Amino acid sequence: MSFNSISEFLTMGGHGLYVWLSYGLGLVVILANLIAPLQAGKRLRAQLTRRLLRESNGS
Amino acid sequence: MSDKKWMPRWFYQLASPRWCYQICGKLLPGFTIAALVLLIGGTVWALLFAPADYQQGNSFRIIYLHVPSAILAQSCYMLMAIAGAIGLIWKMKVADMVAKSCAPVGASLAVLALLTGAIWGKPTWGSWWVWDARLTSMLILFFLYLGVMALNSAIESESTAAQASAVLALVGLVNIPIIKYSVEWWNTLHQPATFKLTEKPAMPAEMWLPLLVMVVGFYLFFAVTLMMRLRNEILRRERRAGWVKEILLSNSAV
Repeated sequence: MSFNSISEFLTMGGHGLYVWLSYGLGLVVILANLIAPLQAGKRLRAQLTRRLLRESNGS
Repeated sequence: MSDKKWMPRWFYQLASPRWCYQICGKLLPGFTIAALVLLIGGTVWALLFAPADYQQGNSFRIIYLHVPSAILAQSCYMLMAIAGAIGLIWKMKVADMVAKSCAPVGASLAVLALLTGAIWGKPTWGSWWVWDARLTSMLILFFLYLGVMALNSAIESESTAAQASAVLALVGLVNIPIIKYSVEWWNTLHQPATFKLTEKPAMPAEMWLPLLVMVVGFYLFFAVTLMMRLRNEILRRERRAGWVKEILLSNSAV
């Protein structure tokens, strides 16, 4: 462990802002890359299924 | 049809959207778990246990995000260009879909590399941004991704869009060695590569081991998000195929 206390860990020896901002951005980018395709997939499946059902009912 | 024999069977299987959709579906759970374990483990290691740099202090910990995202942004670009070339040469639809799925992932990773670099630059160099060869060529990489995305969305015909973006991706490939060697060819503030194939890393093992974990974790995470996007793209483009209709109807019935 490189830190002796939680406050030492949070302040990162004066570099807390830079370190936490970076890791926050990293979390955002990773989560966005997982959530966006999941949501897009759900939307696409719903839309294609609706169209398919409409076509099979119409004919 | 004489040219059918010299290609291995998996090459033709890869060309089948249905087979790709299914194999990605099978691989996704394992890859997701492995990616999460490595990324979470690597982050804890990087933030809590890796030693601080004797000059840079704790801002050094930004390396554990900056280097993996920069490596992946470039790997993703090479995959996009190669897939685009395969699509151009063999008219392989799945390759076009892979290339198209790469662009948004690569763009987001390039942004992460640029932003973490800027944040790291402030306490280390005293400036958020310098017009340095490494930073500028990385910014160009980001614009190349944006160009590919714009071409894909602006051109109505799927095959024309794929061709145009593949050509742009291939032309932009010249930027990859420029990024790599920019720190050697020009005077730069940016430090040289952390990992080299032929030499041991200059930093101690307590520092580069967690970095290696993060790089592998980022590769797995990239595979996960790419496979998810590829599956969506396959469903969308193959929506008129019988097997897609079967999947959709069997899901809607549940």
